[in-house]
Amino acid sequence: MHPLLQDNPGHKMLLLGNEAIVRGAIEAGLKVGSTYPGTPSSEIGNNLFLASQDENAGFYFEFSTNEKVAMEVAASASAAGLRSLVCMKHVGLNVASDALMTLSYIATKGGMVIVTADDPSMHSSQNEQDNRIFAKFANLPMLEPRSPQEAKDMTIEAFELSERLELPVILRTTTRTAHVRGPVTFGELSKDTASIGKFEKDPRRWVPVPAVARVRHKVLLERMDIASSLCEESRFNHVIGNGKLGIVSSGVASNYVADCIMELGLEDKVRFLNLGFTFPHPRKTIINFLNSVEKVLVVEELEPFIEDAIKCIMVEEGIQKEIFGKASSHFSRCYEFDPKMVKKAILDVLELDEPDQKTLPDLSWVPELPMRPPSLCKGCPHRETYNAVKEALKAIGKEEITIYPTDIGCYTLGLLPPINMADYLICMGSSVGSSCGFSVATEQKIVSFIGDSTFFHSGISPLVNAVHNGHKFCLVILDNSTTAMTGHQPNPGIQLKPQGFDNPTVPIEDVVRGCGVKTVKKINPYKKNEAVEILKEVLQKDELSVVISESPVCLVFKKS
Amino acid sequence: MNPLRILFTGVGGQGTLTASSLLAQAALIEGKEAILSEVHGMAQRGGVVESTVMLGGLKSPLISQGEADILVSFEPLEAIRALNKCHSDATIITNITPIVPFTVELGGPSYPDVEKNIEKMRTVFKNVIAINADDLAKEAGTQRAVNVVLLGVLLGTGLVPISPDSMKATIQQRVKPKFIEANLKAFELGFSAV
Repeated sequence: MHPLLQDNPGHKMLLLGNEAIVRGAIEAGLKVGSTYPGTPSSEIGNNLFLASQDENAGFYFEFSTNEKVAMEVAASASAAGLRSLVCMKHVGLNVASDALMTLSYIATKGGMVIVTADDPSMHSSQNEQDNRIFAKFANLPMLEPRSPQEAKDMTIEAFELSERLELPVILRTTTRTAHVRGPVTFGELSKDTASIGKFEKDPRRWVPVPAVARVRHKVLLERMDIASSLCEESRFNHVIGNGKLGIVSSGVASNYVADCIMELGLEDKVRFLNLGFTFPHPRKTIINFLNSVEKVLVVEELEPFIEDAIKCIMVEEGIQKEIFGKASSHFSRCYEFDPKMVKKAILDVLELDEPDQKTLPDLSWVPELPMRPPSLCKGCPHRETYNAVKEALKAIGKEEITIYPTDIGCYTLGLLPPINMADYLICMGSSVGSSCGFSVATEQKIVSFIGDSTFFHSGISPLVNAVHNGHKFCLVILDNSTTAMTGHQPNPGIQLKPQGFDNPTVPIEDVVRGCGVKTVKKINPYKKNEAVEILKEVLQKDELSVVISESPVCLVFKKS
Repeated sequence: MNPLRILFTGVGGQGTLTASSLLAQAALIEGKEAILSEVHGMAQRGGVVESTVMLGGLKSPLISQGEADILVSFEPLEAIRALNKCHSDATIITNITPIVPFTVELGGPSYPDVEKNIEKMRTVFKNVIAINADDLAKEAGTQRAVNVVLLGVLLGTGLVPISPDSMKATIQQRVKPKFIEANLKAFELGFSAV
């Protein structure tokens, strides 16, 4: 049995934040889960997938082709009355945002939780957007856990809140809550075993033509008024300490505040408002807090989300207090925080020196060290494909004038020397769309690269665009038969199926031909001479072509 | 117990994450709460893998510059790279078997002289333990037990209030049956090497 399915209340286990979310969803009686994998959210989907294979799991889970599809799967399951959860990385919510912005109008029946995992410092991402702004943008309630235990507890609370408000609830994590491991105490499993929902038709609710949407927008605002009052009473927002300096914090940053207060013994100098239910903002709680302190330091990673809200409340209420945070340059809007950064800001605002600082060693002797950046694995088929393409271009004298639009996945590491074959990237699927643009804007040769999973995610629609508008480039689909970067999740084209997983496959070649591409070739990157010959022939022509480079990811062999 | 900040560092694939989670599991057996932070995804593709284990009621998962009480490095270059995370009273435990990064071959800075740099470390840190964990792992029967050898060294210092018995129990619970014996031996070899 999957360890997160165990029926043993009181059992304590070390769980990742992501695993704790899965346990929370299982305790809450999840019926339908969906995702498109993305770090730092991947372990939620991976564990839901493994657990769902157990005959006693009682819920359905799928890896959808992209985040928007995943959002729609979870939304309609909720409309049919079932509890559903969809999870994704922060940029995944951009893809799903078209669904999200109107889902908040038509809203939900069964509890629906949307997990967004942000990545401050961009450990595995192309930007560090602050998805708390999506809660405000879509006008939906949001909870932010600080520890794995809270990740589990808040997931359960989010389902309940969602059903009470008939709104989806956003659970927002960051890398340092998703990938922190800590003790979590298991609770009771849901006794609700019914796994079939029923959709009650109500076009004036579920079909947002303008006349319906106008009404539903007002309903959303009314629901969020109720959410505001629930937020004031939430057990996840609390005040500790009794000093003249007020500190407001949320997420992982609140742990740095708590440790600083504990280690420096600042309990009588600092009053700490620790927020877990962060949108709607707990207005009354904040007003009372402001009135109980002399000045306020806001400690939050990325955008001044709480800081700006506090300033807005102060203007409306005529409260005058000094507010420190982003605007006062105590903190940056870039990158994640660390404990020392937070300690320094707190001591600065308190006008205190750091007591008995530990001495730091003299490290001036340390030589310049060679870097150890991530790279494509030894024996990775992508390396071979890159080399074959380079050799073919060299042979036909086009290497110098070729642009290489690339995409999101392991193969983005083709950026590094000695490969140097990644020139332009925006987001998932952009290799294909940007090739269309380069083909009209330049006379350069264009060879773009996309992985199999990314192709299914968002490569098909721009390929149809390329056919229809007559764009000329060569798209190389790196088909390693899995979603390698995030931990080998299946995708519609896979040949290597996890045990017990017998979903039908959708061959990439059929899709490409179905899109109307005339020149479609397959290569085996390990048969180099053959591959180079085929590539030479394709690359000499000035037309749209697709080369599917097929070879399973080397890590699969290593693992078995 | 007093707050204790332990930093593990190594190269992707060396088992740093497993080592930190074994340590935290052993702490949990003794009713001591530990938290860990890990890196996943892009960061793991042959790059540096860092993880932390925080004991003594700390809530912060990260270690700032000069805060680490103990550094456990699976690779000597990565030990040098992580020294700025440690204060002068810290204990440095490092494997001495190099894994040369591909950037050296591409004309980056050369791989530092291990012996010379370890001597330098001894002049600025209170306690430096340099050990050939790869050799001890081989002696125990599996080269993949480098991480468990280093856990043995870590507990052998007596600086972490977790008993060797709890660690052995954790190894028995968590390691695949056919590797338990080799890992227990690896732990013993590390433990008695201090």
